[in-house]
Amino acid sequence: MHLTVSKLGVARGGVRLLEGLSFDVPAGTALILRGPNGSGKTTLLRTLAGLQPPVGGQIAPGPDHMAYSAHADAIKAALTVSENLAFWARVFGTSDFEPAITAFRLGALLDRPAGELSSGQKRRLGLARLMLTGRPIWCLDEPTVSLDAEAVAWFGDVVRGHLQTGGSAVIATHIDLRLAAPELDLAAFKARVPLIDQAF
Amino acid sequence: MLALFIRDIRLAMRAGGGFGLALAFFLILVTLVPFGVGTDVAVLSKIAPGILWVGALLSSLLSLDRIFALDREDGTLDVLATAPIPLEGVVIAKAAAHWVTTGLPLAFAAPALGVLLHLPAPGHLWLLITLAIGTPALSMIGAFGAALTVGLKRGGLLLSLLVLPLYVPTLIFGAETAARAIAGQAATTPLLLLAGITLGSVALLPFASAAVLRVNLR
Repeated sequence: MHLTVSKLGVARGGVRLLEGLSFDVPAGTALILRGPNGSGKTTLLRTLAGLQPPVGGQIAPGPDHMAYSAHADAIKAALTVSENLAFWARVFGTSDFEPAITAFRLGALLDRPAGELSSGQKRRLGLARLMLTGRPIWCLDEPTVSLDAEAVAWFGDVVRGHLQTGGSAVIATHIDLRLAAPELDLAAFKARVPLIDQAF
Repeated sequence: MLALFIRDIRLAMRAGGGFGLALAFFLILVTLVPFGVGTDVAVLSKIAPGILWVGALLSSLLSLDRIFALDREDGTLDVLATAPIPLEGVVIAKAAAHWVTTGLPLAFAAPALGVLLHLPAPGHLWLLITLAIGTPALSMIGAFGAALTVGLKRGGLLLSLLVLPLYVPTLIFGAETAARAIAGQAATTPLLLLAGITLGSVALLPFASAAVLRVNLR
């Protein structure tokens, strides 16, 4: 699905971070976000996902088409891997989570409590949730943190598979996922007047 | 919504979920009262409905901060906010799960613990009835308080201060209904008011809680 962002401004904690941000992500492509720490990558992704309102500009389509994945994996330590997956599958109204298990090699871990997984395994479980959402646009915030090289390659395959089926993705990452995707440096859109006066 | 409700109950039952916490606290509190006020049957049976109601209220307060804070910490709340379920539905499912794992067991434990306080005979049934009707309001008001304080670290104190005044009407009418029924007086009016508070909070607070959560997630 085609994502269009025009003249977007985003703010966090009353501080305007980005302004005049416009870009297009056509169906089947990804966009890699670059920028130093604090440049607004996470805030932009949260705004795209509808978790916070923009301070100006338009995003099309709306948050109902976005799948959001953040630093936290949204995993319950007391539930097993399969219970975690089954929960998110039911929430997002899908029943088939076999592809997600296969893609992230979770088959051998299904009956383990998620709290006993290593951080890389937790990350794989958290990313597997993306495949259960059925949403066309993925907003990914540092998805490869704590993944080893092999798992990064699996994840790259998953994203390529998602793009081949007409999906799109906006990814903030410092690692080369071999996606042949254009890069957007957020430093160019840094807000000139950081303080916003209106309460929002 | 049903998936979330079942998951929350399952989490509460698992190790570290805090299911037994409210019940254990309730048991300890009611057991200690006769040691504190003496074993005079007349005194105990007079204060029994009030003590049981105050005990149930304080017990349900204990696990309130878990309703949203844990989901906020591990990122689940972010994903739920972007999920196809409306946030109001998330609040209802989580408040309902809280009630099933605290309020409902408390309502069933109260008549049994009433024996320890020489609760007069018709009072056992009336405590079960008033607690079953009143505790949903405690969970719903508590969920609203938990939504207000979800972004705060160690927000438990503020949560108690916010929630306790809102609990007072439920406590007054709940204990009053039980006390009147035991004394053989007409108890319909306080019972209807108790039910009214529960229905009102269940109808209105999901919207308020969802609005507050949206602000706190920004």
